[in-house]
Amino acid sequence: MVGITAIGAHIPMYRLNLDEIGKMWQTRTMKGEKAVAGYDEDAITMAVAATLDCMNGSGKDINALYFATTSAPYKEKQSAATIAGATDLGRECHTADFTNSLRAGSIALKAAVAEVKCGTVKQAIVTAADCRKGAPQGRFEQLFGDGAAAVMVGSNNVIATVDDSYSIFSDFTDLWRLDDEAFVQSADGRFVDLVGYIPIMKEAISGIMKKCSLTANDFAKVVFYAHDGREHADLAKKMGFSPAQVQEPLFAQIGNTGTAAALMMLVAALEGAAPNDKILFVGYGDGADAFVLRATEAISRVRNTEGMKDRLARKMPIDYGKYLHWHNLIRVEPPTLPERSEPSLITRWRDRKAVAALYGVKCKNCGTAQFPPIGQKIRICVHCQAKDQFEDYKFSDKKGKLFSFALDQLQPTKNPPGVNGVVDFDEGGRLICELTDCDPSKVSVGMPVEMTFRKMGKGKSINYFWKGKPMAL
Amino acid sequence: MESIRDKVAIVGMGCTKFGERWDMGVGDLLVEAAYEAFKDAGIEPKDVQAAWLGTVFSGISGITLAPLGLQYIPISRVENMCATGSEALRAASYAVAAGVVDVALAIGVEKLKDTGVTGVKGPGLVGDNPDGTAGIAPGYSAPASFAYLASRYFSEYKMKPEDGRKLLAEIAVKNHYNGSLNPKAHFSNLITVEQAMKAPIVAYPLALFDCCGVSDGAAAAIVTRADMAKSFRPDPIYIKALSLAVGARQGAMVQDYDFVHLEENVRASRNAYADAGIKDPRKEISMAEVHDCFTVHEMIVYEDLGFAKRGRAKEDIEAGTFTLKGDLPVNTDGGLKCFGHPLGASGLRMMYEVYHQLRGKAGPRQVKNPRLGLTHNLGGNAGTGIATVFIVGNEKS
Repeated sequence: MVGITAIGAHIPMYRLNLDEIGKMWQTRTMKGEKAVAGYDEDAITMAVAATLDCMNGSGKDINALYFATTSAPYKEKQSAATIAGATDLGRECHTADFTNSLRAGSIALKAAVAEVKCGTVKQAIVTAADCRKGAPQGRFEQLFGDGAAAVMVGSNNVIATVDDSYSIFSDFTDLWRLDDEAFVQSADGRFVDLVGYIPIMKEAISGIMKKCSLTANDFAKVVFYAHDGREHADLAKKMGFSPAQVQEPLFAQIGNTGTAAALMMLVAALEGAAPNDKILFVGYGDGADAFVLRATEAISRVRNTEGMKDRLARKMPIDYGKYLHWHNLIRVEPPTLPERSEPSLITRWRDRKAVAALYGVKCKNCGTAQFPPIGQKIRICVHCQAKDQFEDYKFSDKKGKLFSFALDQLQPTKNPPGVNGVVDFDEGGRLICELTDCDPSKVSVGMPVEMTFRKMGKGKSINYFWKGKPMAL
Repeated sequence: MESIRDKVAIVGMGCTKFGERWDMGVGDLLVEAAYEAFKDAGIEPKDVQAAWLGTVFSGISGITLAPLGLQYIPISRVENMCATGSEALRAASYAVAAGVVDVALAIGVEKLKDTGVTGVKGPGLVGDNPDGTAGIAPGYSAPASFAYLASRYFSEYKMKPEDGRKLLAEIAVKNHYNGSLNPKAHFSNLITVEQAMKAPIVAYPLALFDCCGVSDGAAAAIVTRADMAKSFRPDPIYIKALSLAVGARQGAMVQDYDFVHLEENVRASRNAYADAGIKDPRKEISMAEVHDCFTVHEMIVYEDLGFAKRGRAKEDIEAGTFTLKGDLPVNTDGGLKCFGHPLGASGLRMMYEVYHQLRGKAGPRQVKNPRLGLTHNLGGNAGTGIATVFIVGNEKS
């Protein structure tokens, strides 16, 4: 039976309390806080984190990676390929971007299920991430949050089968963003609800229930997209779902994460599911996709991994100024150091294995693992001087400890001071790298760190590389 | 393999005032340093048979020396990051030792203030190479690359960060005191430990006074055969040893590079001591000019060069061993910290001070009866280093 075999998510650790926005604009705010992507995160890096979480160390037999987003960093150039590279998937992995619709996540899920069912791929990862921008002072500024989810679709060790699905499309203009616009716009709220969202969702949900001969009461959990909490509660009521059935949409904790939202809710629902629970899952946007899922005995496996609760707990508050700066919503004084030159695309290509999945080398003669500085590829072992005796060695999945550190006030960064570390990996090898997602006052020698894929800089193209990240905040 | 000991002598030196020389170009600085050296050696420009010019960012090729108007002699530009000044002297010394040149000019220059930005231009950050790799991997500032030494040192020897920082402040205070006695130094102000401790952080644990001056300047030496030296002046100084040790980025790649010592420093000094026949540097070296680009590196150099016991520089710093009146005065002219650091000139500036000290001409900074002086010049940083050591004496054995 085809279904979901593993789940993962990523919530950026920064939170903007909505009161901060209220203070800034002297306006009424919603309750809660929103997750804000770090200055070095975007939809791609968040999807990499969620995908790695979902893969849990094994990329074996993953033949497809589908990425859903409305905020791809490149308009032309595939994001899924970057994600597949960073997560070190095989060269023949089928990659695709599903985009331009809030429903892209469930569309990608539907495609993955179909492809696994017809046997062209063994396992497919569906990952969704969004970093949507709401104009300052507007409702969406308060509403939108950043996050990512990933689910693996396969036919072995299924934790929740995908029993059936039902989809409709609708060319309804409720939310949109034009090609040259930074901010999401929307039609009148009541029009969106009464003419668009509610009837479309009703039609999709009724459609799948009719198709599967199920009623509202048959579901242990219902997981569905909505633009905001009020709309979410309204639909639940109108459909006759009891509060106990309805998966909490996480809006007050992380905001509306766009294409990732429904899948993040699904991840949370599966974490709490019991064997044989029937789950209704509905994605929305330009129509709706409804799915019936059923948890299997294997669902107990997911409880042993990091859950949504832990992800939500790992957080650090930021203020409104940082939020504006990190997301390019304000122009600031440039750093006094000379500007760094653009990376050479040629060098980056030559070192692509190092850039993508932090591949270094290991000497077959003396066993020393080494990560040569980017652009300084080595052929001679720095330890035993053996020539051309290296095998590839991946560092991105290795854990290490901070051997030394420096908090750099001169380094150009949107989150000063620049935190830099000498990381010694537990299984050998050393990397001098930038650290991220950390509290500079708590950085100390000996601190355990892991690696995370981040945006280093944006010029004509975007440069991604790996940074260290403290394992505990 | 022969030693260079007592084959080469320095018979004249020049050094500009270091600092913010807004009104001076590279050419002005070169002329100022070179003509002081010519005059000091009692020679004419036409007597120079070959020249080596050291600069990191302020010019390419031997043509950079064109402002001196030397007439069709061999001139090469040399570069070895912050050890560039020593590299120019090294090249000139070897040519003389080889017997193919009798009178050579070694000159170094850097004009850092023309860039219009704070700090050092070029590859703005550590990790930025001019080969197009800039911006792929992280880039951090030079102070950060030395802050790693301090974080590690404090942790390794179980020092509270504030105690460690105080120790570094003592070094800055000493170098500022020495520099205040030197009219050519970039800075002339005295500082206190408290002031240094309270100064703004540049790259924690290093604060403003842990970092050397970013300066304009040039320095030059006239090098000749030891057996000809006394025909130029009665009190030449003789090269007893010179060595250079270059790492292979071990510190950036392998875990046994410990960041509380620089193997490059150890190897360079060990080889120099062997060539000069020095058994106990702490006792035999009269004074030293070392690469205090950041105070923490001066502290580590004490240990790497055998001036202090491993891990115990603290005892000597607290005892005042390295002050002007101590057993082994270090950076008597103010060092990079206070005299300033125009990259290509610094190695020769160090020698300028040793040259004056060994001849009893260091004025208020004069140490008592010096016999052997040492310069130590580092290019790069911890783990990716270039270390040069010169040992010179005022007597030919």
